[in-house]
Amino acid sequence: MSALSLDSLSVTLGGARIVDRLAATVEPGEWVALIGPNGAGKTTALRAVAGLVGYDGAVAIFGDDAAALSRRQLARSLALVPQVPLIPGDISVREYVLLGRTPYLTYFGSERRADHDAVDVALEQLDLLSFQHRRLDTLSGGERQRATLARALAQDAPILLLDEPTAALDVGRQQQVLELVDSLRAQRGLTVLSTMHDLTLAGQYADRLLLLDGGRLVAAGSARDVLTRPLISEHYGAEVALVDTESGFVVVPVRGTIANGA
Amino acid sequence: MRWVIAALFLAAALLTGVLVGPVDLGVLTVVQATFAHIVGLHSPLSGADDAILWQLRLPRVVLGALVGGTLAAAGAAYQGVFRNPLADPYLLGAAAGAGLGATLVVAFTSGSGDLLPPAAFIGASVAVVAAYVLGRSAGAAAGPAALVLAGVTVTSFFTAMQIFVQQQHVQTVQQIYSWLLGRLSTAGWHEVAIIAPYAAVSWLILLGHRRLLDVLAVGDDEAAALGVNVGRVRLLVVVAATIATAAAVAVSGLIAFVGIIVPHTIRLLVGGSYRLLLPLSVIVGAGFLVFADVIARTVMSPAELPIGVVTAFFGAPFFAVVLRTSRRTA
Repeated sequence: MSALSLDSLSVTLGGARIVDRLAATVEPGEWVALIGPNGAGKTTALRAVAGLVGYDGAVAIFGDDAAALSRRQLARSLALVPQVPLIPGDISVREYVLLGRTPYLTYFGSERRADHDAVDVALEQLDLLSFQHRRLDTLSGGERQRATLARALAQDAPILLLDEPTAALDVGRQQQVLELVDSLRAQRGLTVLSTMHDLTLAGQYADRLLLLDGGRLVAAGSARDVLTRPLISEHYGAEVALVDTESGFVVVPVRGTIANGA
Repeated sequence: MRWVIAALFLAAALLTGVLVGPVDLGVLTVVQATFAHIVGLHSPLSGADDAILWQLRLPRVVLGALVGGTLAAAGAAYQGVFRNPLADPYLLGAAAGAGLGATLVVAFTSGSGDLLPPAAFIGASVAVVAAYVLGRSAGAAAGPAALVLAGVTVTSFFTAMQIFVQQQHVQTVQQIYSWLLGRLSTAGWHEVAIIAPYAAVSWLILLGHRRLLDVLAVGDDEAAALGVNVGRVRLLVVVAATIATAAAVAVSGLIAFVGIIVPHTIRLLVGGSYRLLLPLSVIVGAGFLVFADVIARTVMSPAELPIGVVTAFFGAPFFAVVLRTSRRTA
């Protein structure tokens, strides 16, 4: 059974079709990346899967229709890390990570031992134990990203939804975060669906790529199948060179006729 | 430790409140007499002194504590639910609504002020309901900003009506003006009995939401992704904060600043988690208003300063000091 199965998923916002009949599956333990030019509908598709925007079509989570699940049940299956998380600066890292336990608590309830244990595990896996009493606004961008990931881990959901997990990070931090996600995926058996801006990183870390353009799925498959010069030229309007290195595929922009707007 | 300090602050405020006045009652006898009244024993004070304590000072101190705790908790809750540091309990029009209600009563009924509290209560509630309905009509996607704008709209409209009525009945200006500045005056336990049930219910509901207010701090979307029904939390918190604010306004007029200064001072001292912030706001807000009332009724004795003037005059510089100190240590 697929971890995620999208069947003719469509999202219309303000009269515009943002995601158009997207069909895809993500198998348990797999890392699938949604790629595509700006405005392709990557983030909206991710938000629809998380139940944050209304959609037509169907989303199934381990075989269950997502529309039939309660908000809490959904939050126990999917943990979302948004592109730019809103960080309340004046609370501590531990208090922030503890919010990940929300789907397991009753309305007026408070955390129990098991919830604090889950937070300890998440803090330790992300190497944040020594930071746990620091205020969030004293952390660097990379450390905040780790805190947000820790919150998602504390949610104990089998599926991780990452929206541009490396958007604001330098090249070193980008690699660290993606390596971290990959090792967590192995340790916890997580399934990952992420949007990715950087084609090279997407190709190196994801098992499969889904290329969206204008809300539609235009190509799917391994990096070698999707990251081709004709596809990138057609959908990104970019002239690139593809370099095959021993550690993976590298997509390099080159100056050419298309980039000049001719 | 924080709890002990907050509790000591409140205890000191309550004790100062009952001890300060033209008649010296003595610390020990005051404590004994209060205890005697509560458990139903005979008071060690003489008849007149006992009346000063039990009919004048204690009701006023208790009222100050209830109003202060309510305004501070409501302010903290509004700041959380709207993610807006400038939010105060009057954000959604409660003050303007109460002002209109009070003005109508003063202008169109004769004599006693018995109708003023219910009119202020109804005016405040009507204004907040109007703001809420208006804000929701912009759609849930508009988020808390739409509600805040609706509050601004309702406030302007109700204020305009209030000023219009006031212009037509110039003789009401002085009474309305003194009410707008806030005052804690009591006739025995009557006012305390009015506000106590609202305060109790509202404190319970707000404190019950302290964990969920932390969740709301990460934004509506992320809170929803964590399984929270954001609209329901916001509605419940606003309702709880509003009925208590309306009750507070009804018995004490518009006391400014408590709902902003107290939660922010605590936030700067212990951090922004509502788990600590809300309960500490209740305790410190209660103590703060009792102290402010002691100043209000002593500095120009036998005349009284409006308490709203005291909360702003002493609260603002104190807040400035806290703000500077916390900047330096952060």
